Amino acid sequence: MTETILDLSVASLRDVNRALHAGTSGSFRVTNPRGAHAVAAGIESDIEVHIDGSVGYYCAGMHQRGTVRVDGNASTGLAENIMSGTVHITGSATMSAGATGNGGLVVIEGNSGSRCGISMKGVDIVVGGNVGHMSAFMGQAGNLVVLGDAGADLGDSLYEANLFVRGKVESLGADCIEKEMRTEHLETIARLLDAAGMDADPASFTRYGSARKLYNFHVDDIDAELAGSQSSREGKV
Amino acid sequence: MTDNVDQPWNLRESYTYDRNVIAEIRRAANTGIYRIRGWGAKRELPTLDDLVVLGASMSRYPLEGYREACGTDVVIGANTAEQPVHLDIPITIAGMSFGSLSANAKESLGRGANAVGTSTTTGDGGMTPEERTHSSKLVYQYLPSRYGMNPDDLRKADAIEVVVGQGAKPGGGGMLMGQKINERVASMRTLPQGIDQRSACRHPDWTGPDDLAIKILELREITNHRVPIYIKVGAARPYYDTALSVKAGADAVVVDGMQGGTAATQDVFIEHVGIPTIAAIPEAVRALQDLEAHREVKLIAAGGIRSGADVAKAIALGADAVSIGTAALIAIGDNDPALEAEYNKLGTSAGYWEDFQAGNDPAGITTQDPALASRLDPEIGGRRLANYLRVLSVEAQTIARACGKSHVTNLEPEDLAALTVEAAAMAKVPLAGTSWIPGVSSS
Repeated sequence: MTETILDLSVASLRDVNRALHAGTSGSFRVTNPRGAHAVAAGIESDIEVHIDGSVGYYCAGMHQRGTVRVDGNASTGLAENIMSGTVHITGSATMSAGATGNGGLVVIEGNSGSRCGISMKGVDIVVGGNVGHMSAFMGQAGNLVVLGDAGADLGDSLYEANLFVRGKVESLGADCIEKEMRTEHLETIARLLDAAGMDADPASFTRYGSARKLYNFHVDDIDAELAGSQSSREGKV
Repeated sequence: MTDNVDQPWNLRESYTYDRNVIAEIRRAANTGIYRIRGWGAKRELPTLDDLVVLGASMSRYPLEGYREACGTDVVIGANTAEQPVHLDIPITIAGMSFGSLSANAKESLGRGANAVGTSTTTGDGGMTPEERTHSSKLVYQYLPSRYGMNPDDLRKADAIEVVVGQGAKPGGGGMLMGQKINERVASMRTLPQGIDQRSACRHPDWTGPDDLAIKILELREITNHRVPIYIKVGAARPYYDTALSVKAGADAVVVDGMQGGTAATQDVFIEHVGIPTIAAIPEAVRALQDLEAHREVKLIAAGGIRSGADVAKAIALGADAVSIGTAALIAIGDNDPALEAEYNKLGTSAGYWEDFQAGNDPAGITTQDPALASRLDPEIGGRRLANYLRVLSVEAQTIARACGKSHVTNLEPEDLAALTVEAAAMAKVPLAGTSWIPGVSSS
């Protein structure tokens, strides 16, 4: 299969992304990224993109299909709002990797900075190293698998995302608790490790999830109580 | 009638602790939760009513009403987007989500806006296929929560509005009470049904104007530089927010004053955070002028715009267009006196109802209850909104012609005077009958 070379030391970002957006199949190699921002953002077809070197913000942002592989590091917002497909980097990512992702797989072989998986909505994220503070903040759905440690306030204000950490957790955020690891969770970890090309014992992870105590405002309706009727809001809570 | 000389003292109301204050203290003590409501600020604030327009006379020629042309169109993104937004009138419909509004309400807004050639805007929760169908010019809001955000809808939009804040709650995130999170709304937002949604107030993947510039680059790359990008801010520090928005690369800045409405926000936010629209516009204009971007980067003013006079005055202060939300809902049927009996059942009255958060809107607008929503006929709602927008537009033209302007955006601060010292200071136009602008001129 032929590979199309897109050299960012010669071509503009616009030209490179236009070529990637126009591609419907095949393989592309982006060379000399030199920390450029928004490289391979908005891919929506089944192409393979290989980026030789480190990238700036929002690499593979809103990724929808195909694979983006970065041989290097990535700055803020790697694969933010990913919908499907795979984004895989060999190095580390700074903050907000996989932020608000709806689906697909993000693999970070190194570490990830703060807010990894913030507001995740269905994406699966596998981090070979550690994740920084406030990771999975307000995570709604999906799985975050961390082979190393997690920073402070993991899973703060979590909804229904599942967090699996093999190492230490500095602290859990508001409404995030340790939860029972059931068979389906072990299977999920095994499946994601396999997809990420990483090796670890699923049983060595601890699962964290939402205590669901922040889901609704809690109202102490004294008048309703005095009237002998339970408030509708309390009933709902 | 027997005079009771003691009665006035028996019923003397405290200015500091009036009935509203006492009711709120009692409500807070009873429930242990802050008050959440819809609508916008209800207390008395300086408004555009505090300004008057100086019509033409000996030193200015007016244009003939009805006969001489007076343009109302606005183009946004002419220099940056392959497909700029062309508005036929300088009045847009503000962001309001499906979820906070019923599908019929969204359709009404789309139909009304289409009829007069202007845009509607999505809200916190994404774009529904219906609203894309019903709005020929649709602005897609890009919010901190990213609920329902996906690149397919982003590419379908005619413009993108990065929401930093809104006038009802600068610094606060969205809110949608559990009563309105039905199955469809929950599914669009990937949230459990029935929860009280409290959206994030900060974007998850950028933290300042330098980051935002890169975010805008990404949005342009993903949409292949096709559509313009707006930034919406709640009016708090409009000079700096506008300047930083220009720096970040916005094609339009939406400045939403504290009279701006909301579907659900803490009352303390609505009434106490932000600055009035009349004070925000001149500061935003000053920033644009300092950066030599005035009338290039468009300024859309919002927050308490109700009439063509408001439209004309906002534009005279330097805005290119305005945005309306609350007034549009009233136009399609909110607080309709014909529903008085229904409002009475809710313990209120037509003209007072503000509980957009509750999901039990008798007019079928701010609800997800199918039976209530079916009360709103979107064709009629659309016609009502179109009529209202036509009136606003013609009223603004009437004022512009009276000032001798062949386009509404030719209105200028020199066409205005203020009725109060406060308005003169905020709007930076002279107190009527004087040449005195407090804080600017000495006489």
